[in-house]
Amino acid sequence: MADTLFERRGAPRILRDVTAWDRLKVHRDWLGLWFMLPAMAILILFLAYPLGLGVWLSFTDARIGRTGVFIGTENYEWLWGDSVFWLSVFNTLLYTVVASIIKFAVGLYLAVLLNHSLPFKAIIRSVVLIPFIVPTVLSAIAFWWLYDSQFSIISWSLRQTGIISSNIDFLGDPWNARWSVIFANIWRGVPFVAITLLAGLQTMPPSLYEAATIDGASQWQMFRYITYPLLTPIIAVVMTFSVLFTFTDFQLIWAMTRGGPVNATHLMATLSYQRAILSGYLGEGAAISTAMIPFLLAAILLSWFGLQRRKWQQGESND
Amino acid sequence: MTELLAGAKAIRTAPAADHSEGMSYLESLPRRLVTLYLPLGLIMLVLLFPFYWMALTAIKPDEQLLDLDRYNPFWTWTPTLKHVQKLLFETHYPLWLWNTTLVAVASTILSIAASVLAAYAIVRLRYRGAQWVGGAIFLAYLIPPSILFIPLSTVVFQYGLFDTPFALILTYPTILIPFSTWLLMGYFKTIPFELEECALIDGASRWQILTKIVLPLAVPGLISAFIFCFTLCWNEFIYALTFISSTQHKTVPVAIVNEFVDGDIYRWGSLMAGALVGSLPLVVLYAFFVEHYVSAMTGAVKE
Repeated sequence: MADTLFERRGAPRILRDVTAWDRLKVHRDWLGLWFMLPAMAILILFLAYPLGLGVWLSFTDARIGRTGVFIGTENYEWLWGDSVFWLSVFNTLLYTVVASIIKFAVGLYLAVLLNHSLPFKAIIRSVVLIPFIVPTVLSAIAFWWLYDSQFSIISWSLRQTGIISSNIDFLGDPWNARWSVIFANIWRGVPFVAITLLAGLQTMPPSLYEAATIDGASQWQMFRYITYPLLTPIIAVVMTFSVLFTFTDFQLIWAMTRGGPVNATHLMATLSYQRAILSGYLGEGAAISTAMIPFLLAAILLSWFGLQRRKWQQGESND
Repeated sequence: MTELLAGAKAIRTAPAADHSEGMSYLESLPRRLVTLYLPLGLIMLVLLFPFYWMALTAIKPDEQLLDLDRYNPFWTWTPTLKHVQKLLFETHYPLWLWNTTLVAVASTILSIAASVLAAYAIVRLRYRGAQWVGGAIFLAYLIPPSILFIPLSTVVFQYGLFDTPFALILTYPTILIPFSTWLLMGYFKTIPFELEECALIDGASRWQILTKIVLPLAVPGLISAFIFCFTLCWNEFIYALTFISSTQHKTVPVAIVNEFVDGDIYRWGSLMAGALVGSLPLVVLYAFFVEHYVSAMTGAVKE
């Protein structure tokens, strides 16, 4: 590092004093600052500042086109007595819990299946990920068509096989609509869970399974006592992400139902959009968004401890 | 340099090698049929059917679309490009495609440039507090757009960016930078530190080290980050829905949801054609770079 302070080209090397300009160019901390500057500028201007502003807005009566004044916790008090808000909280929790559990179960099962030796393994694996690649809104539109009340191919097939006598109103009935959007969410989320868990499965040493087979372990025992414990750390991280993105989901619902019928599929995110952007009550919408933060913090803490545990298991130091 | 590159690649791909052949010879074929091929086939069928249906609807003539009883609904012998043609020549669809591409490419390049610098500084410059900044960037990754869009819409309005492509080009990096910084940090850590020491002794500046040694070795990581960021941009919905109001500035996902949904009973053909054409660029990109894509996705989770 020191040689940058010499005149490099000149034949007689002359030592010169270290100027402030040299320090700015070479010193570790200053250099670090320059390198961090573009990323930090964007993240502070468009992420940290809006995050703080959102919390502030939730304590004001801001509308679109009008800066609000501080009104204390009035927005939250109003939401506390608002049955639609509580319905959206219920929907969000139902959506997150049911979809996450099923995504985890099916995703893990699919990962285990894909970890077998298969013909055309590479192709099958790449095809599995396609639902995750295609933009959510566009596949949601496809589901919307599959769930059409009159021309749904699902209803038609079930009618042909004689299981039902009349069309299912997938998105018109509150509970049908809830299960339908949950199914679409699972459909989209399973590939992500499966492929990331598969990456974890592939690092498992085969000698463990050989030893277990010699000891007479069944398939289920091998899964329960070898695969699952070794996979726990990566499961923790994958599921944290999955829960986080399911909890804050917006696009799937907005493309399929826009929160209807009678608010039955409103999640907190869609309700905040409706209140803040469509109705113009920015303060109230911001309060709904801010109410999501405690749940997110819980998920982040879970991820943090998941990561810690993983390092501990691998015998790495916590850096 | 090439040996080094190959070496670095080998190190990186080694753990992904397939060890699962081990005990599978103990399974008989009928058993594999029931426990493996049948469930796998069912799951694949469910995962792929919506795309088949999307593609089929996009090429079916209108009269076959709604008449499920007279024509076999699962196949058509008379495919038509009418819907695609209507899409491309009677709507603003090409414009929306162009908008989406422009926004995605611009914000991806911006984010990758910023992330390369940030990741290199965190991993290799190790300035005071670098660990904390790394942690903060991971936390930023966990902040979802759906709690930011309301305050961001006022910010975008204040900066005078509302209803311009810049509103999206500048806000998408808030999703992309944390992700790609985290991914690139993992890649930079695998590049031997000794290489940089040699370069420092030879009198290279940090900038030269980054552009001439680190970046060429991190090309697979850069491709992964680029593809994943591009996909995230193409997929983004809530910011594009909130910050863009005029028809000619919309992106494909928003335009499909807002502009195509009229009362027309025959709209399904063009709607599905729109969804299909909007998905194709990503699927083609994915087909060429599957390995990079998967490593981006799993790398972000594993690091």
